[in-house]
Amino acid sequence: MSGQVRIAAFRFGFGLPLPAGGAHEPAAIAAALKGPDLAAGRWPGEGLADLLPLHQAANAARAGAVKSDDAQKFYRGLLAKVDRAHIHGLRVMMARAVGSPDGFRERLVWFWRDHFSTLARVRPDRLFNVALVEDAIRPHLAGRFADLLTAATLSPAMLIYLDQVRSVGPTSPFGQRRKQGLNENLARELLELHSLGVGGAYSQTDVRELAELLTGLTTHPSLGTVFRANRAEPGAETVLGQSYDGPGMAPILQALQDIADHPDTARHICRKLAVHFVSDTPDPGLVADLQQVWSRTGGDLAEVCSALVAHPAAWTPQMEKARQPFDYIAAALRALGFGGDEVMAMDDAAIRRHVQAPLLAMGQPFVGPPGPDGWPEEIGAWITPRGMSARIRWAMNAPTALRPDLPDPREFAVTTLGDLAGGRIGWAVARAESRSDGVGLVLASPEFNRR
Amino acid sequence: MDRRFFLRGAMAVGCSAAAHPLTTTMTFASGDPGLGENRLVVIILRGAMDGLDVVQPLGDRAFAGYRPTLGVDTGALALDGYFAMNRHLGGWKGLWDKGELGFVHAVSTPYRDKRSHFDGQDLLEAGTGTDVAPGQMTDGWLNRMLQAVPGLRAETAYAVGRDPLPVLDGKAWVRNWSPDLRMDLSPQSRLLLEAIYHDDDLFRDAAFEALDMVEEAAMRRTQASEAARAMAGADPAMSGMAMEDGMSMVSGMDPGMAGDAAGAEQRARRLADIDRMVDFAAEKLRAETRIAAFSLAGWDTHRAQSGGIQPALARLQRMILRLHERLGPEVWGKTAVLAVTEFGRTVAENGTGGTDHGTGGAMVTAGGALRGGRVMGRWPGLAEADLYDRRDLMPTSDVRAWAAWTMRGLYGFDRSVLERSVFPGLDMGEDPGLVL
Repeated sequence: MSGQVRIAAFRFGFGLPLPAGGAHEPAAIAAALKGPDLAAGRWPGEGLADLLPLHQAANAARAGAVKSDDAQKFYRGLLAKVDRAHIHGLRVMMARAVGSPDGFRERLVWFWRDHFSTLARVRPDRLFNVALVEDAIRPHLAGRFADLLTAATLSPAMLIYLDQVRSVGPTSPFGQRRKQGLNENLARELLELHSLGVGGAYSQTDVRELAELLTGLTTHPSLGTVFRANRAEPGAETVLGQSYDGPGMAPILQALQDIADHPDTARHICRKLAVHFVSDTPDPGLVADLQQVWSRTGGDLAEVCSALVAHPAAWTPQMEKARQPFDYIAAALRALGFGGDEVMAMDDAAIRRHVQAPLLAMGQPFVGPPGPDGWPEEIGAWITPRGMSARIRWAMNAPTALRPDLPDPREFAVTTLGDLAGGRIGWAVARAESRSDGVGLVLASPEFNRR
Repeated sequence: MDRRFFLRGAMAVGCSAAAHPLTTTMTFASGDPGLGENRLVVIILRGAMDGLDVVQPLGDRAFAGYRPTLGVDTGALALDGYFAMNRHLGGWKGLWDKGELGFVHAVSTPYRDKRSHFDGQDLLEAGTGTDVAPGQMTDGWLNRMLQAVPGLRAETAYAVGRDPLPVLDGKAWVRNWSPDLRMDLSPQSRLLLEAIYHDDDLFRDAAFEALDMVEEAAMRRTQASEAARAMAGADPAMSGMAMEDGMSMVSGMDPGMAGDAAGAEQRARRLADIDRMVDFAAEKLRAETRIAAFSLAGWDTHRAQSGGIQPALARLQRMILRLHERLGPEVWGKTAVLAVTEFGRTVAENGTGGTDHGTGGAMVTAGGALRGGRVMGRWPGLAEADLYDRRDLMPTSDVRAWAAWTMRGLYGFDRSVLERSVFPGLDMGEDPGLVL
């Protein structure tokens, strides 16, 4: 197998062996991304419409849970359903990552899930994190960035996590009556993390004005995101030199569009893409070329991402990045012969034991990242003593539990590592005491953990 | 001499001796710890602790006006007639009265204006000024202090817990420990793993330490279960403490949260986690270790802060009290604890009963080596003209200066080392008399 196929599979997908029909040439990878989202149809997940009734029931039960033991028990029963839906969200993401021939799309799902990081403070809200991926990220990741930014910002998960549901225009009717006011959290992170970047040309005044502009946005238990005019701060707001005024959501949508179109946004996101896929210190020419495509196409993400995979600087032989824990487990399951259907067939206990708990131990819990800035990118943040002890543990124990009929480790090294299977790792695998130790060595090796 | 260190040292010499100058066998075999007997513990408080809620300036007439829910009838404990300590920190009163716990108010790093947690923490841990872009400096100030001391041992410094601690990152040798490690490997697998990591510096260092940590964890598990059998039951005083904390954690939360029994369990687990980390660190600090660092998150209280800040306060309070208890009087007397955060929060409460990102904040000092029982730092006042940017507490001192004077007092560093190498470009100013 050529180095090019292996680099494509590791850097822009979930590793070797490629699923049937899996693309490895830049044009084919781009064509798959521009085509329909086949994985979402083949391994369907649950969106907001599916999850709202359970969320509403759990939330109502939560409020009453202090009243009696029975109410507490009822709430716990609903929480168990929430947990099952949450686990199912993880199962579906893993199935698509392991099974889809359009692996680049699945990697982008994680990139954007991380870019728009949300955490649930109470367990029922975890359902909204699942919905954010299904409804906001997947439909827009090959469209225009402005649409993606709008969908993610308006999703219940984001409005709740960054306190927008609590932020009220201080001189709005609601604010006056209830003596409530602004909360800057979403406005700040929208500019600092989601669009312009911390080095971008915005000031504290822009944060404040954007916070005022966003008032009115909140969530409703059975409707999801709603706009409540009586909470919106009256009058015009000026954000990044543009004045916004008028009733309803229109000024907010216009501001999100303008923020998405800001040149600092293109710079921030293009660099972040290059950092995520290629190198912690990406080639400046690569970033500049992506920015050019961005400005030429008005932030068309399919074009920007296609330019990334077509760029010579994205094909350096050095594997400078680490597979993050989710990528690690997905690639390991694929290497062990799992497809999407096999992952979908794993029961809750198996998902918890072999996916959810190890993700936590490796430092990437599925409930969410450490903060709104998402997971770290640097290889040194993942290849730590604690992270390595968890990866080695998975490599040495999970394969036997998942597959009683482990392959010959020498063949496994070749199908999993391609042209990197020789050298020291080949030498070590041949000396392993058992099949499971040999397979474990491959999955614990630097070659498998870098991408 | 520890055989594992010998192995690591021998392999490292062949590959990257420059990266870890302390991993040679000679260093471990000879010499006293270069830092003497004093201990320094640094706690990084992530998320921007609200100094004005921790140490409330009740004597400042403007305070209540800015904070209609957070600054009125707070139940805070009077400290000195002007300042009062958050009601959730009652467990600290004894240390305060003995002069073994104090605060510095209106303190900050040089970070200004963008109020980003992430840049703020980068600067706090890099210990640089604003002349260096956040993220540029790749090592932390506590590590640079270690770099200035010859002849340190492998056990001199520990980063404790699961979170990264950039303040201790750098060339000087630092060990890591976190409470959940478990792995069983055959000796042959271990040898083969060492072989496959041999040529990759990053993987070799991380994985070798992982293997060491796992062996140590296994050893401690054995010791702990033997000790438990010997004692035949738990220490009643300790279980009482756990119960009390567990109860107070529930009160003050909103009713939904209290009803969320899973949430209470999670908070209790986090306190138990603190205990495990502190117990490990205290054992090491009683032996050869002189430097330890921890990370405590959960301070980003944008809403419902009155109850929302409580779990974070409970963890910080527990960490210091448990350290005091586990170090014992003699070692505690030689210990300085500094708890620092990336910036403070807005003077005014926001519209949701919380506070937003600000500038000046507070730090906590503790330990028998420091002069406590007082609120240090110059108080700038809360009149609108006295605020930074007309919204934040005006910083009147640099968090780095307090850390630098602590290091000078504990270990006798020259000012020039502290102002050039450890905190490049810092002017330490006058000795605030923090170290006894």
